[in-house]
Amino acid sequence: MMQRKDTKDTILEHVLVPEHEIAEEAAVVELLKRYKIEKEQLPKIKSTDPVIKEIKAKVGDVVRIKRSSRTAGECLFYRLVIA
Amino acid sequence: MRTKKIKRIRFGLLSPKEIREMSASRIITPDTYGEDGFPIERGLVNQHIGVIDPGLRCKTCGGRMDECPGHFGRIDLEAAVIHIGYAKLIYKILMATCRKCGKVILGEEDRKKFLEDIAEYRDRQEDISDIVKLVFKEAAKKDVCMYCNELQQRIKYDKPTTYIEIDEEKRERRLMPTDVRERLERIPDEDIALFGMDAKNARPEWMVITVLPVPPVTARPSITLETGQRSEDDLTHKLVDIIRINQRFMENRDAGAPQLIIEDLWELLQYHVNTYFDNDIRGVPAARHRSGRPLKTISHRLKGKEGRFRGSLSGKRVNFSARTVISPDPDIDIDEVGVPEAIAKELTITVKVNERNLTMLQELVKHGKNYPGVNYVRRSDGRKIKVTASNYETLAEELEIGWKVERHIRDGDIVLFNRQPSLHRLSIMAHYVRIMPGKTFRINPTVCPPYNADFDGDEMNMHVLQTEEARAEARMLMAVARNIISPRFGKPIIGSLHDYITGIFLLTRGEKKIEKEITLDILYKIDVDGLAAPAGTFDHTSTPYWTGKQIFSMILPAGLNLEFPGKTCARCITVGAKCEKENCPRDAYVMIKDGELLCGIIDEVALGSFKGVIIERIFRRYGEEVTKVFIKNAARLAINYIKQAGFSFGISDEDIPIEGKEEIRIEAIREAEKKVEALIRAYEGGELEPLPGRTVDETLELLIMQELGRARDDSGDIAEKYLGIENSGVLMAKSGARGSLLNLTQMAACVGQQSVRGERIKRGYQGRTLPHFKPGDRSADARGFIRASFKDGLSPSEYFFHAVGGREALVDTAVRTSQSGYFQRRLINALQDLEVKDDGTVRDTRGIIVQFKYGDDGIDPSKGEFGKVVDIDEVINEAINR
Ligand SMILES: [Mg+2]
Ligand SMILES: [Zn+2]
Ligand SMILES: [Zn+2]
Ligand SMILES: [Zn+2]
Repeated sequence: MMQRKDTKDTILEHVLVPEHEIAEEAAVVELLKRYKIEKEQLPKIKSTDPVIKEIKAKVGDVVRIKRSSRTAGECLFYRLVIA
Repeated sequence: MRTKKIKRIRFGLLSPKEIREMSASRIITPDTYGEDGFPIERGLVNQHIGVIDPGLRCKTCGGRMDECPGHFGRIDLEAAVIHIGYAKLIYKILMATCRKCGKVILGEEDRKKFLEDIAEYRDRQEDISDIVKLVFKEAAKKDVCMYCNELQQRIKYDKPTTYIEIDEEKRERRLMPTDVRERLERIPDEDIALFGMDAKNARPEWMVITVLPVPPVTARPSITLETGQRSEDDLTHKLVDIIRINQRFMENRDAGAPQLIIEDLWELLQYHVNTYFDNDIRGVPAARHRSGRPLKTISHRLKGKEGRFRGSLSGKRVNFSARTVISPDPDIDIDEVGVPEAIAKELTITVKVNERNLTMLQELVKHGKNYPGVNYVRRSDGRKIKVTASNYETLAEELEIGWKVERHIRDGDIVLFNRQPSLHRLSIMAHYVRIMPGKTFRINPTVCPPYNADFDGDEMNMHVLQTEEARAEARMLMAVARNIISPRFGKPIIGSLHDYITGIFLLTRGEKKIEKEITLDILYKIDVDGLAAPAGTFDHTSTPYWTGKQIFSMILPAGLNLEFPGKTCARCITVGAKCEKENCPRDAYVMIKDGELLCGIIDEVALGSFKGVIIERIFRRYGEEVTKVFIKNAARLAINYIKQAGFSFGISDEDIPIEGKEEIRIEAIREAEKKVEALIRAYEGGELEPLPGRTVDETLELLIMQELGRARDDSGDIAEKYLGIENSGVLMAKSGARGSLLNLTQMAACVGQQSVRGERIKRGYQGRTLPHFKPGDRSADARGFIRASFKDGLSPSEYFFHAVGGREALVDTAVRTSQSGYFQRRLINALQDLEVKDDGTVRDTRGIIVQFKYGDDGIDPSKGEFGKVVDIDEVINEAINR
């Protein structure tokens, strides 16, 4: 299969795809503490999601999504990667 | 009362054993009542399974008619039948299990994984149906059982309840329900979990019925007709059929009848049991009453809007409610509702008697059932006494602290008011009662927009709140005044409309000089702090006058500062010019300083619902009470003035002088038609250049549409010129009160092109729209261009084209409403349990986060200013101006 690693031609560059990144362990702990929740109570995202595949997040990871909002400016969102 | 929490609900199938155990009677005769008029023993309405006749006692529990809830009976079926509700699942299970050993045909590895997945999902309280689907899919693929090496055969499912096995030589063999049942019995308990079922509560073989539960008589009571004849419930009729066939099956089998006859009877029994559960199975003739009416069986009781779920559980009829036609009353407050006395006498509020209200309540009881009175009195011991003409005096006397009194509703009581379809939360708001003569509910017309109500026969519902908590909640959250700003778009949804806008527009337009007497008339019933100083004196009489703008200013709160372009603004900026603001030649720029209207005409943008710039500002700065009063005052001011000035719109207001008509005919329409002809000639001569990305035909159509569109716009402009700004129609359109310039154009000048799916009309006969035209005619006339105006009247072919175009609009709205209704239901079901928690997150009932911050900004659109808590610029402006 052809790989086009050299170019920046990935869906991550698309205007409609918000920035996704794997949240660090410490940040996840902080997040769960802040909302007094278990990991399972986070919103979910499938590991088969194109963005998740692209950033190579694994099941159990938490991804941080930076979305821009018309009213809130930038908004942080978190999702747990599930199978 | 102790409250208990439901931890979980378990669903399962009734096993034959359970059915037998709960059965109070084995029913064997299809008959109901005997010669003596008493229920027949072992019959379908026998006294062991409940009583519906007064005087009789239940032979199971000994209860009388209203005491015994009824008991299930049973019919032991001579031949097993498939349960229609599980027919599809049975098929899937048959396909997934071995025909010999009954195991699910999955390797150990797969089996384990699926079981683990299911357990995990269950743990997370998530839907397991996707996994189960996969189990069925994987297991059905296998040809050979890996446990007993049996070769599997294909099974064909013949709707609704027939299974046929096809062997390698394509020979077909029908699996009778008993065969099916035997196979299902062989499935080991451990494998049942793979189907998402629990072997303890739902063994698959229970999906094949051997014992049929018979619902209690109380669930299918017979009714006595006027003739004294008994008419049994449809379910009873169906059960009669089942018993009859069951009987015949047994007799034939015992007599050794040929296999063919036995199978026919078996099939018939299956049919009756099928239709007993569901009488609208596709491809199966419905079981009918002797009259030809299809029988209403079990599924009808559950399904659909009127069914048990949507009709009796999710929603039901309620007490303390009333429904009647609504009509307008501009003299009541916007948060009031006029209630007819007849309704007020039926609806009550329960009040507990204490030392402070004792005398007042005694006074009420003394009125008896006459308004304002009392319907019931409840003594301290809980006994409820109906107030009648003969006992009200003694009751008033006896009334003491601790009793409860159900008094009629009266002025000032808070009630909920609702108009269906309740599409948003503003469809139910709290109003204050005002008892009025007449038979309709009265509302101030300014609250029509949130309910989407008008007065062409609309009906609305009213609910009387029964507890102090409910009343407090309604007052704090649902009161009309608290919902002036829509949570949907953050702008006022309550505001002036129709004549109120016209009135205020006329009042504030230009420098009207209004003498004192009329000024006072206009301000009639409006609470203002005295009359402002007159703007000047008339030259000839030297009596004082006030201007319209000045009168309007009198209802504005002091200290209000506001500037905005009104509806008549020509948006000079968009064409590169500078906005002249207060020097606007059209007086379209509204400027309010310290509650004084300095310039600009007040119109829809300032006061209308959905826009209401002034209303919005007043609401945010001065709060709901001031806004409520302002909206009402603005409406009253407008009516008072329009009554003074006079305003009407009639058919003659669409008249255009003959020279205007000529101008429209020649300069707009004839001109366009010439251009269209030229285009067609160019097309036919092959000279038409196609537009990029379009064919020549498309180009022609596009250009013609453009040309004819322009023709209508031009005729509209000409009409407007001749009608003039003083024309009532133009006035209403310009002020935003009602109608548009397009409406006026169509009435006075030219209706214009009719279209179907955005194209000119081209359907009908081959190559032409009507036989009046030549085939292939592409002219304006032949393709649905209407050059007449509604006032002039349409020609027959024009009339036809208009009907063609109108039909599309009609169908569109019909389709749209039904689709949006269904979409609404689905959204509500998906979102109804979400909650904003006090940490700002939005969560579902399981505590799973849906949004980390409500709306990502945590702001209620009806409270904030476009995503911010406050509008900083405005605060600064406000400070500077002070
Ligand atoms: Mg209506
Ligand atoms: Zn009983
Ligand atoms: Zn096997
Ligand atoms: Zn302007």
